[in-house]
Amino acid sequence: MNTRLLIDNTIKILIWTSALITVGVLVWILLYILVNGMGELSWNFLTTIPRGEDGGIFPMIISTLYMIFLTVVISTPIGVSAAIYLVEYAKPGKIVKLIRFATECLAGIPSIIYGLFGMIFFVTVLELSFSILAGALTLSIMVLPTIIRTTEEALKAVPFSYREASLGLGASKLRTIVKIVLPTSISGILTAVILSIGRIVGETAAVYLTAGMVPRIPTSFMSSGRTLSVHLYILAKEGISLPKAYSTATILIIIVFLINITANKLGNTLKKHKKA
Amino acid sequence: MKKDIRIKKFYEKTVETWFLLCAIIAILFLGIISIYLFLEGTPAIFKIGLKEFILGSKWMTSAEIFGIFPMIIASIYGTLGAIVLGVPIGIFTAIFMAEIAPEPIVKIVRPAIELLAGIPSVIYGFFGLIVIVPIIDNIFGNGGNSLLAAIIILGIMILPTIVNISESAIREVPKSYKEGSLALGASQIQTIFRVILPAARSGILAGVVLGIGRAIGETMAVILVAGNTPLLPESITDRVRTMTSNIALEMSYAFGLHQEALFATGVILFIFIILINVALHLLVFRSEK
Repeated sequence: MNTRLLIDNTIKILIWTSALITVGVLVWILLYILVNGMGELSWNFLTTIPRGEDGGIFPMIISTLYMIFLTVVISTPIGVSAAIYLVEYAKPGKIVKLIRFATECLAGIPSIIYGLFGMIFFVTVLELSFSILAGALTLSIMVLPTIIRTTEEALKAVPFSYREASLGLGASKLRTIVKIVLPTSISGILTAVILSIGRIVGETAAVYLTAGMVPRIPTSFMSSGRTLSVHLYILAKEGISLPKAYSTATILIIIVFLINITANKLGNTLKKHKKA
Repeated sequence: MKKDIRIKKFYEKTVETWFLLCAIIAILFLGIISIYLFLEGTPAIFKIGLKEFILGSKWMTSAEIFGIFPMIIASIYGTLGAIVLGVPIGIFTAIFMAEIAPEPIVKIVRPAIELLAGIPSVIYGFFGLIVIVPIIDNIFGNGGNSLLAAIIILGIMILPTIVNISESAIREVPKSYKEGSLALGASQIQTIFRVILPAARSGILAGVVLGIGRAIGETMAVILVAGNTPLLPESITDRVRTMTSNIALEMSYAFGLHQEALFATGVILFIFIILINVALHLLVFRSEK
């Protein structure tokens, strides 16, 4: 009996230790980067262009914003429409299974493969050259599974009685979707968009091979641009400036932080809806 | 009036078709990606020779010798190492979240894991470069950039995937299993390891397989810490180059057969990913049965 207790307690300690390691690693990473990066942060850093070891990250911020905007504009309508089809129209069968399988596979493909594909297809075959547009098109395919899946969950959370009431009043199926289902699930759809913004901001490999890495302010969607993540990669890889790398990493962490908080807030509203 | 209804019906049908087309885009792009990758990559494999390409242990671009065996091995070692490191910690953390931790602690740990999942891979790489690599250098005096550094960073990166999926698998085990076991006099720990974990097995395995996919596909974080020498590693402290790093490092300046060989590396990586996805599909399918 005593050995049993001993074994149980040892395992319990292992379990607590594992959880501590998981959280500890996160705290370690965050503190290390924030402590070293916060000092260098200044308004100047955010609003000037880089000059060798000096200067700021203004062009990268603009490129990242362009990339987010264009990717969201391309992928959201497609992803939401696909989710609407899967939840509201599709009857279980081969097509749905195939779509599910394809979405799963797309989610499992590593970003470097997306980068390779984007480089052949968008950059070379469609002759978009290394540009924000080529990067955004590549990223749009990449975030599609996230948008479809999250929106599907949101649509499924809308109670059936809502649809029945609307249809019962004589509204058409499409009208029910547009006027009842979509407005009810709007916070879920926004969560999908926020989650994809997180992936767009954090992506390096796919962007680097499709949008290039020119550290200039992009003048249009057809110019090449260097996003914040690519900038951090280059700073770290080439060892250009450690302080600048710390502060760029800090900015990225702050963005990820904000994205997580927003997604959580939206998730909570969705839960409240479910209960109502 | 009749005409009005017909127009309305036509309109409804058009929009429905649009929804269907959007849903099919996923299939379409999976197809296009596979086709283009194989079209660009397979000619090089035939030019170089399948055996020379996959089993060749030398990668010398100037001499047009392209063998990716060391990189395949590095990818496999890196992934296996990450699994050895990340899976026990991940599963134990999942048990902690689902069975052991009091509710207030769960409320603190869950956002932490979400944040861990949201941190961009380049930040993991940067952290590895400035923190983990110097520590390894201090211990082994090997410069620090090594397979070991890659394993540690990948092990951390797959944690959230394994924790999240294992935790939901554990939570899905019917309460009656647990109650039955406890009522028969088993302790909490016995119940977890003898009853709950076996019941959640296929879900946990799915998490591990997804972790494998993430580890083998990771690029930027690995480049920053692994040293990138395209040689067969003899020990865990050697510098290595994975398949993903090979593509990202050389793609920007490659042309001709060299560029094709990089696409071919992508094809081999893609085949690994397909195998992992099929394994995942079988697992999920079996658990649904």
